[in-house]
Amino acid sequence: MPPLTRWFLKSALAYLVVSLLIGVTLAVPEALGLPSAIAALQPVYVHLFMVGFVAQMIFGVAFWMFPRYSKDEPHGNEHLALVTYVALNAGLIARTVAEPMLTLRPGAGWAAILILSAACQWLAALAFAVNTWARVKER
Amino acid sequence: MPALSRWFIRCALAYLALGFTLGAMMLALKALAHHGAVARLIAPHVEFLLMGWTLQLTMGVAFWILPRLEGGASRGAVGYAWLAFGLVNVGVIAAGLGPLIEGSETVRLLGRTAEAAAAIAFGLHAWRRVRRASVAGITMPR
Repeated sequence: MPPLTRWFLKSALAYLVVSLLIGVTLAVPEALGLPSAIAALQPVYVHLFMVGFVAQMIFGVAFWMFPRYSKDEPHGNEHLALVTYVALNAGLIARTVAEPMLTLRPGAGWAAILILSAACQWLAALAFAVNTWARVKER
Repeated sequence: MPALSRWFIRCALAYLALGFTLGAMMLALKALAHHGAVARLIAPHVEFLLMGWTLQLTMGVAFWILPRLEGGASRGAVGYAWLAFGLVNVGVIAAGLGPLIEGSETVRLLGRTAEAAAAIAFGLHAWRRVRRASVAGITMPR
C-alpha cells in the first residue's frame, strides 16, 4: 500500500470517529443542558462523514488499486494526488471551524475562510478526477 | 477493467467534479448570505454526489471485481448491468435537475423511479456473482 494511501485511509478513519462523535452530540436532548448552538454542527457532521470518511476512503483505495497509469508512474501524477490530499483536508478542517462560526458569529473573516475552504475542496475533487481519469482503462 | 466499468467510473468522476463544484458554489453563496440560492442547489448537489458519484462508482468497481462465472469466462447477465448504467444516469439527471424546474414534481418522481429500477437491474446482474471465488475450476480458500 503506497504511503499516500495510508495517509488517506488513516485520515478517513479519524474523520469517521470524529463525525460519529459529533452525531452523538447532535442527538443529545436539549433537556441534558447542551447549548442549542450545537445544532450549527449539523452540516459539519454530514460533510465530515461523506467527504472526510467516504470520499477520502474511496480516493485512497482508488489511488492504490486502480490500473497502473504507466510503468514509470503507476499511480499517475503523484503531485496531483498529493494536492488532492492536502487540499481536501485543509478545506475540510477550515470548513469544520468556519461554517458553524459563521452561523453563530457572522463576520467577514469567517466568510472569507469558508470561501477559501470551498475552493480547496473543489480543487481536491478536480485534481482527483483528472488524475484518476487516465487510470480508468482496460489494463 | 471492462468497458462497462470504465463507463460507470468515468461518469462517476464527472459527477464528482460536478457535485463538488455545486458544493463549493453553495458554501461560497452561504458565506455571502445568499441562502435562497443555496437551498435551490441542494437537490442536484446531493443527487450528483450520492447517486452519480458514490453509487455509480460502487457499481462500476463491483462489475469489475466481483467473482466471475463459468470458470472465470463470464460476468453473467451483462445486459442487466448495462440497463442499470443507463437508468442510473437518466435517474440522476432527472432527480437532480427536476427540482430546479418550476412545477416539475413528476420529473423528480421519474428520476427516483429510474434510480430504483437501476438498483433492481444491478441486483439482478450481481446476485449470482456474490459467491466464493474460483480460478480455472480451483476453488479459492474462504
